[in-house]
Amino acid sequence: MRKLTGLALSLVCFALAVPEAAEAARINELSDSTLIGRAARFFSFSDPSLRNALAGSMLLGVCCGLMGSFLVVRKLSLLGDALSHAVLPGVALGFLWNMSKDPLAIFAGATLAGLLGAGTVQLLRATTRHKEDAALGFVLASFFGVGICLFTMIQNLPGGNKSGLDKFMFGQAAALGRSDVILLGVVTTLALVAIVVFYKEYTITSFDAGFARSIGMPVQAFHYSLMLLLAFAIVSSLQAVGVVLVSAMLVVPAAAAFLLTDRLGRMLIYSAIFGMISGGAGAFFSFVGRNLPTGPFMVLAAATVFAVSLFFGPRYGIFSRWWRQRSRSARISRENTLKAIYHVLEDQGFTSEQVSTHEMAERRRETLEEAQHQLGVLRRHEYVTMSDDGESVALTPAGWHRACEIVRNHRLWELYLTNAAHIPADHVHEDAEKIEHVLGEETVHMLEKRLNYANRDPHGRLIPGVEDMRLTVARQRGPTREAWFGKMPGRP
Amino acid sequence: MSSLILSFDWYRVIVQPWVDDFPITFWIVLMGFLVTAACGLVGNFLLLRRMALVGDAISHSILPGLVVAFMIFKTATTWVAFTGALAAGILTVLIIEFIHRQSRVKPDAAICIAFTTLFALGVVLLSMLESAGSFHIDADCVLYGEIAFVPLEPPVVWSGYELGPPSVIRMALVLMAVALGIAVFYKELVVTSFDPGLAQSLGMRTAFWHYGLMGALALVVVSAFESVGAILAVAMLIVPPMFAAELSEQLPVRLGLTVLHAALSAVLGVHLSIWLNCSAAGALVVAAAFLFVIAWTTSQVRRHLGRRYAEPQAANVPVIGASS
Repeated sequence: MRKLTGLALSLVCFALAVPEAAEAARINELSDSTLIGRAARFFSFSDPSLRNALAGSMLLGVCCGLMGSFLVVRKLSLLGDALSHAVLPGVALGFLWNMSKDPLAIFAGATLAGLLGAGTVQLLRATTRHKEDAALGFVLASFFGVGICLFTMIQNLPGGNKSGLDKFMFGQAAALGRSDVILLGVVTTLALVAIVVFYKEYTITSFDAGFARSIGMPVQAFHYSLMLLLAFAIVSSLQAVGVVLVSAMLVVPAAAAFLLTDRLGRMLIYSAIFGMISGGAGAFFSFVGRNLPTGPFMVLAAATVFAVSLFFGPRYGIFSRWWRQRSRSARISRENTLKAIYHVLEDQGFTSEQVSTHEMAERRRETLEEAQHQLGVLRRHEYVTMSDDGESVALTPAGWHRACEIVRNHRLWELYLTNAAHIPADHVHEDAEKIEHVLGEETVHMLEKRLNYANRDPHGRLIPGVEDMRLTVARQRGPTREAWFGKMPGRP
Repeated sequence: MSSLILSFDWYRVIVQPWVDDFPITFWIVLMGFLVTAACGLVGNFLLLRRMALVGDAISHSILPGLVVAFMIFKTATTWVAFTGALAAGILTVLIIEFIHRQSRVKPDAAICIAFTTLFALGVVLLSMLESAGSFHIDADCVLYGEIAFVPLEPPVVWSGYELGPPSVIRMALVLMAVALGIAVFYKELVVTSFDPGLAQSLGMRTAFWHYGLMGALALVVVSAFESVGAILAVAMLIVPPMFAAELSEQLPVRLGLTVLHAALSAVLGVHLSIWLNCSAAGALVVAAAFLFVIAWTTSQVRRHLGRRYAEPQAANVPVIGASS
C-alpha cells in the first residue's frame, strides 16, 4: 500500500516537472508596480517562467528534504556541505565539454566530482588518523579550490566570460529552464522510488550498520547508492539555490522534522513537506521582491520552520519542555502540600477534618503567607475547601484521595528499599521523597504484592490502602481505622 | 584545451615574477604565507578537538557580519567591517552551542543550520541594500577573496619608512599574536585539547580555553578572508595541519611543519596561478592540497614498507596487527 502511494507521488512529481517552456531571464520580467499586484500574479500562475521556477523550487525542496533526512540520521550533515562544494570542478569540466551550459554534461561532470569527493572522504578516513570533520573539510576546500581555478581559467577563454557559471554560486530559480525542471523531476522521482522500494534496507543500514552487515546486507552498496542519489540531488539543485546553500536545503528541513518525530517514515514525509513549503516560499518572495535571489529566501523559510519546531515542537521543543517541567514542578509542590496536610491530620489522630493555616506553617517551617499561598493553590485545584474565616481548610474527597496516594507511595517505597534493597531505614526518606510523585498504579500494585500487603512502613506508621481512600476523613478516626485494617481481606 | 592550460614557459612562470615584478610577487607570496601560517597554527588545535568545520561555519558567517556592521555604522572602514565580522563569528559559535545543547540535533547538523541560515540572511540583506543602491560588496569577493590586489594597496608609512601594504602588516601582526598566544599558553591549549577531564582536574577552565580558541579562530578567519575568501580560509585551517599530521606525531614538530607547509604552498601557489593565469587564492589551495597528497603518499608508502620489513621485537611476542 505504501509503495503504491509512493509511486503515485512520484507520478505527481513527474507531472509537475513538465510545465511550458519559456525563456524569461527573471521571473518578474513583466513588472507590476505594486507588491499586491505581483503577489496576485504569483498566485494566478499565468507566467510560464514563474511556473518553471515554482515547480523547480518545490521539487528541489522535496528531493533535498528526502535525501537530507538520511544525512541527518546518519550524522553526516556536513557531507552535504562538502559535496555541494566538491561538485564545483565537475561543473566547470562539464561546461568545458562543449563550451556551453549543457545541463546533461554539467550534470554528469558534477555527479562524477561529487562521487569522487565522497570516495576521497572514505579514503582519508580509512588511511589516516584524521576524523570525519578533517576529511570533509579537506574535500570541501581542496575541490572548491580546484573549481575556482578552473572557473577563472574559463573566464580567460574566448566566450568564457558570458558563461553564466557564477549562477552556480548563489543560484537563481528564475534561470531554471524547462530541461532543468525535468531533470529535477526525474531526480526526485528516482529518489522517491528508491526510498519506497528499499525503505527497509535504507532504514537498517542507516541506524545499525553492524546488524545490517551481520544479516548479509551489502551495506557499502546502499551507502554508495545513497551517495549517488545525494550527488544527483545536489547537482540538480545547484542552479536554483547555489553551491553554498544547497547544504542548508538538505539539512535544515530534515533537522526540523527530526525534532518532531522519532519515526524515519514520518520524518521523511515531514522533511519533504517542509522542503516543498520552503521552496515555494523562496520562489514567492524572490518573485514579489524584485531581483532578490531565490536560494537565500528558501533557506530562511526553512530556518523559520526549524526555529518553530526547535521552540514549539510538541515533544522536543524548548518551550514545550520548559512548560512541561514547570507544570510538573507545580504538581509536585501541590502534592507536597497535600502530604503535609495528611501528616497534620495523622498527628491529630484524624480527630478533626480541619487543618489550620498555622499548623501548616509550623509543620513545613514556613511563614504564614507562604502556607496561605499554597493552600490557595490547592483550593483552586479543588483539593481543599476553605473555612469562612480563611484560617483553616478541609480536604475534599479528591484531595484526600490524592494525599493518601502520595503518602502510600512514599511509605511503600521506603518499605521496599529497606526490605528488598536492605538500605537502613534512616536512609530511605530522601529517595522516597522523589519517587512518590512518579509511581504509577501498576508499580504500586506490584510493590504491594511483593511486600505482601504490609500495612506499616519502616518507621512504624500506617500505609493508607485503597479502602482508606474511599472513606472520608471523618470515618477514619482512631481505633475504628485500626480495627478496620485488621479486617481487610488480603492483609495479614 | 590548449588555450585553457597555457604552455609552461620557464621564463614567464619562474624567472619573470622574481626579476621583473619582484615587489608584486614578493607581497603576494608573503601575504599567502602569513595567511596560511596563521590559519594553520590555529587549525592544529581545531583538528585535535575535531572542530575543523566550526572554522567553515565562522568563515561563512562573515558576510552577514559585514552587512549588518555597515547597516549600523553606515561606513565601510576596515575596523567596522572587522568588528562586525568578529561579532558574527562569535554569534555563530553561540548559536551552534545553543542548538546543540538545547535540542537533540547533532552538532554537525547544528553547525550546518547555523552558518547557512546566517549566510542566507547576509545575502538577502546585501541584495536589499544593493537594490536600494546604497552599498556594494562583491559577494564573489567574500567567497574567493582577491590576494592579487594586495600589492596595489597604498603602503603604510611609519616614521619615514614604507612598511608595506596595510593588509600584509595586519596579517603579520595577527600571525605574531597567534604564535605568541600559542607559545605562552601552550601547556593549557595542549591539555584542554587532548584531555579535558584532566584539564578540569588540574583546575583549568576548559570553557575559557575553548572560547579563547574560538576567538582566535574568528580573528584569523576574519583577517584571512579579505585575501583568500571565506571558503578558502577553511582550506588554510585544515590542510596545513593535515599535512603536518601525516609527517609527525609530535605537536611541536607539527606546528613547525605547518609553517613550512605555509611557505611552500605560498610559493608554489603563486607560480601555479601565474602559469595557468587563474585565481591566486584558488591556486594557493590547490598547491596546499597537492603538498598534502605528497605527504600522504609518503606516509602510506612508509607504512607499507614498515609493515613488510618490520622485525618482531621478541620471538614469542605476537605482533599485534600484523597481517595473518
